[in-house]
Amino acid sequence: MGKKSGTILYLDGVSVSFDGFRAINNLSLVLDRGEMRAIIGPNGAGKTTMMDIVTGKTRPDEGEVFFDGSVDLTRHDEAEIATMGIGRKFQKPTVFEGHSVEDNLVLSLNGPRSIFPALFHRRSGAESRRVDEILAITRLEAKRNDMAASLSHGQKQWLEIGMLLAQDPKLLLVDEPVAGMTDAETVETARLLKDIARTHSVIVVEHDMHFVRELGVKVTCLHEGSVLSEGSLEHVSGDPRVIEVYLGR
Amino acid sequence: MITGRFFASGADRRVLFTIAALLGVAALVPVLNLAVPPANMFHVPTYMVALVGKYLCYALLALALDLVWGYCGILSLGHGAFFALGGYAMGMYLMRQIGDRGVYGNPILPDFMVFLNWKELPWFWYGFDRFWFAALMVVLVPGALAFAFGWFAFRSRVTGVYLSIITQALTYALLLAFFRNDMGFGGNNGLTDFKDILGFSIQAGTTRSALFSASAVALAAAVYVTWRIVGSKFGKLMIAVRDAESRTRFLGWRPENIKLFAFTVSAVMAGIAGALYVPQVGIINPGEFDPSNSIEVVVWTAVGGRGTIVGPIVGALLVNTGKSYFTGALPDLWLFALGGLFVCVTLFMPKGVLGLWDQLRARFARNGGRTETPPQDAAQPVARSAAQTAVESRGLGAATPEPQPAE
Repeated sequence: MGKKSGTILYLDGVSVSFDGFRAINNLSLVLDRGEMRAIIGPNGAGKTTMMDIVTGKTRPDEGEVFFDGSVDLTRHDEAEIATMGIGRKFQKPTVFEGHSVEDNLVLSLNGPRSIFPALFHRRSGAESRRVDEILAITRLEAKRNDMAASLSHGQKQWLEIGMLLAQDPKLLLVDEPVAGMTDAETVETARLLKDIARTHSVIVVEHDMHFVRELGVKVTCLHEGSVLSEGSLEHVSGDPRVIEVYLGR
Repeated sequence: MITGRFFASGADRRVLFTIAALLGVAALVPVLNLAVPPANMFHVPTYMVALVGKYLCYALLALALDLVWGYCGILSLGHGAFFALGGYAMGMYLMRQIGDRGVYGNPILPDFMVFLNWKELPWFWYGFDRFWFAALMVVLVPGALAFAFGWFAFRSRVTGVYLSIITQALTYALLLAFFRNDMGFGGNNGLTDFKDILGFSIQAGTTRSALFSASAVALAAAVYVTWRIVGSKFGKLMIAVRDAESRTRFLGWRPENIKLFAFTVSAVMAGIAGALYVPQVGIINPGEFDPSNSIEVVVWTAVGGRGTIVGPIVGALLVNTGKSYFTGALPDLWLFALGGLFVCVTLFMPKGVLGLWDQLRARFARNGGRTETPPQDAAQPVARSAAQTAVESRGLGAATPEPQPAE
């Protein structure tokens, strides 16, 4: 038990297979409280499956998954895990396109998650202030009343990150936040995530090595469902096995 | 402050106008039918009262479907089942009111039970001699069925076309069950030959007018309730579930509970519609469970405009008026017309008559040179620098996203 204390996420010996294919194979990964970690790896390395396991979408066949040192995540479903404080951004930006930017955030705000409070909900001053704050952090103030559908791709990514912030999670899982972004937007996003990492634990899955360099954090390289290499970006990108399976040449 | 915002929006004005119009009709039609002499041009003939009263029940059913389909993305092809169950509950009350005036003169047993040689009333007919009990069942039976059905279906994450198919199976199963004589609901013939409702003769002009008014008031109330639900945070959640169910779930909400609540409320509304319908048409039989009835409700809703509150009402009134005309003038062509209508609406008017109306009005307003912001999609410059694009507004108006297909 001692090993788990002080960790926000603790995966040990986790395996899962789909129709005989081992998507995750004896994966062990530990994230300390307040840490930001970048996860890289070729397609099919199990990055998204790992997130599915942490967020309760997929049950592992074996292994331990602990959140915050003590909560066994394999015993909870998506909604419970989300309310416990794990927020997830999908690979493809997923926001409520039929709602305004503001309403997207209001629906994400931390608070009771049952039917009747929602039916009779009146927005409080504190909630309005929190929405204003997040709009400022994600630089979407001018878009407040616009439909989310009208946002650009990059803005949708930011809105989704803003929705995670509104949830006020302890741990954020961010899947490919800069896919399809311009270089300048990528730099902005790195800054935004570094800002967030000051007060939250974050896992970022990303292919873009420039972006990972920009983050300047510890890197884990996954391959065929387990950890291939872990350490600083220099260490990992210098690892001959990583070069062979992922970086090329 | 919140009401102020409600009144500002055009869609909300339309809802309030509809409620006012329905209440106005509820007050006016009985007067025009009963107090104005038939020779007068303002007289509303009794057959018209009965016909439109029936349409109002259909409109209530369409509104119920729209709550789950248009706003929550659940395409139910079995809403006719809840309508019919509400109708049967009312029918059972009306049967018990016949008393000893039936053909066989049995004071307790309805005619069909005497005919089947039954000796006593089945337990599930107890209590239906009292109106309050029947009224409670009108709400409770469809609501409980929808709750039980939705509990299993939504928890197992059955969505899209699979859900549509099992709702269809539900109504078909009920159709077969109610056809059986030993179910105790009159079998093939259903329940009919009603005499009184609440002590008033069901054939009397005053009763017909009262039933018409009750239907209009019930529809107005349903419009109000739907409007309040849709306008609440819960309503926004329904739309969120419709558009991005997994996002909703990973935010910590339970889409299955959101759907279950919407589905149950909708079934209760459908049950009330059925209960108002039966005394006006004078019969309820298993044919009401026919899957094609439920599909017709989908057509009404689509024609009027799903995802709007007034749309399904307009759709139900329009299509049924068309049906009454067609089945009189060209009876063979009605089903072709209905099918063609559905195809055309799906292809060319995804937001139905109401959406088309709004589109035409917007175009007219623009041509008329009035100052109104052009809808949207003004060509936007591609991002130059992220900092710039993030900070400044690009003058992009609100894009109204299409309602999502129910998969």
